[in-house]
Amino acid sequence: MVRALIAALLLGASIAGVYVPAALAQSQTGAQNDLVPHPPKGRGEHCVADTAFMRRYHMTMLKHQRDETVHEGVRGKPFSIGGCISCHAVKGADGLPVSYEDPKHFCRSCHDYAAVSIDCFECHASRPGPKPQDASAEPEPGAPGSTALANYLQESHP
Amino acid sequence: MTEGCSGANGSCQCKTGDRREDAAMQSRRNFLLRTAALATILAPGVTLYAFGGEAAAANPTPPVSSKVRWGLLIDASKCEESCTACVEACSSAYGWKSTGHPGTDPQWIRKVSAKDPKSGAGFSVPVMCQHCANPPCVDVCPTGASFKRADGIVLVDRHICIGCRYCMMACPYKARSFVHEPVTDQKPDAPRGKGTVESCTLCAHRIDAGGVPHCVEACKKAGREAILFGDLNDPSSEIAKRVATYRTARIREDLGCDTGVYYTNI
Repeated sequence: MVRALIAALLLGASIAGVYVPAALAQSQTGAQNDLVPHPPKGRGEHCVADTAFMRRYHMTMLKHQRDETVHEGVRGKPFSIGGCISCHAVKGADGLPVSYEDPKHFCRSCHDYAAVSIDCFECHASRPGPKPQDASAEPEPGAPGSTALANYLQESHP
Repeated sequence: MTEGCSGANGSCQCKTGDRREDAAMQSRRNFLLRTAALATILAPGVTLYAFGGEAAAANPTPPVSSKVRWGLLIDASKCEESCTACVEACSSAYGWKSTGHPGTDPQWIRKVSAKDPKSGAGFSVPVMCQHCANPPCVDVCPTGASFKRADGIVLVDRHICIGCRYCMMACPYKARSFVHEPVTDQKPDAPRGKGTVESCTLCAHRIDAGGVPHCVEACKKAGREAILFGDLNDPSSEIAKRVATYRTARIREDLGCDTGVYYTNI
């Protein structure tokens, strides 16, 4: 029994040993050719949270914040769908941000791959509004946000 | 902090325990605030970066408070029958428009004219969601999608609206509309889609940002100033003063909905 288990483990390890380096090599060399999605980068230095965290939990964060916004009127927090849309807008051939209809759209670049059909954009705008995007008025990442966070912590845990 | 009181043997050492915990809390808070200067730890191994992009432009607005009760005062004597500035401003801001089916087209705000057939005297006023304090639409909603915000604004949470349209039947003001057709190219501030009920939001997102509703702004721009917006709970506000001074009426006041939209000179 024990021997069989050890044999199975060894077999598993050897299979993983073959496949894992191969997969790693593929992701390193064929970055553009492989089948893994490459969502377009957003504006600014980094997203509102780690990439790994956003990949796993963006839907949870959006859902949590939407209730706060709709029911309590709390606006301006970091995990807003409007924030995703404005930072991750992808320009199309006409120079204007593409809508969710376009496969190049930021959200679609992953959801198509993962076969996840979302209904956010049946109601929400999938591209930023026609607000003038003044680059000089863009706040420095970090500075105003940390003040906001500090204020939030002060308020919620006095 | 008082969790420290519940000892295993029932003995309570609140004083020393509290003090020690206070100190611990203090240093923890200082640590958190210091960390917030750059980034904060959300969970082990996860960093929430300081807010970037457009979200950083404004601090999060505080939750709405029940100390405020937003309302409108509409002066029929200043409202011209031919003028539809308020309706057009609302329609263009939120993107609701005719789909060629007048019976079921969405209408967040409409002009209503009334005339006494005997004397010929009449008036014309805009009618929108009356933002009741006792909203019948909220009473009948089976999912809780129809709700009243703490500051008196009655809204539909379209994330949980199932489109049953009970609220439309319950509303005495015919203020709600059902979206029958697919909607595309929505405005970022006005998410709306097929299969859900919608109505005037009193421009909640503008109010949260310290602004006034589109209809009020458009009416002022048209040079009429027939719609006054303000906090009915604040006795020093213009709207509260006028409601307290002049005779006003509310539509179907007998129903006891306690609406937030007042009319005068009707």
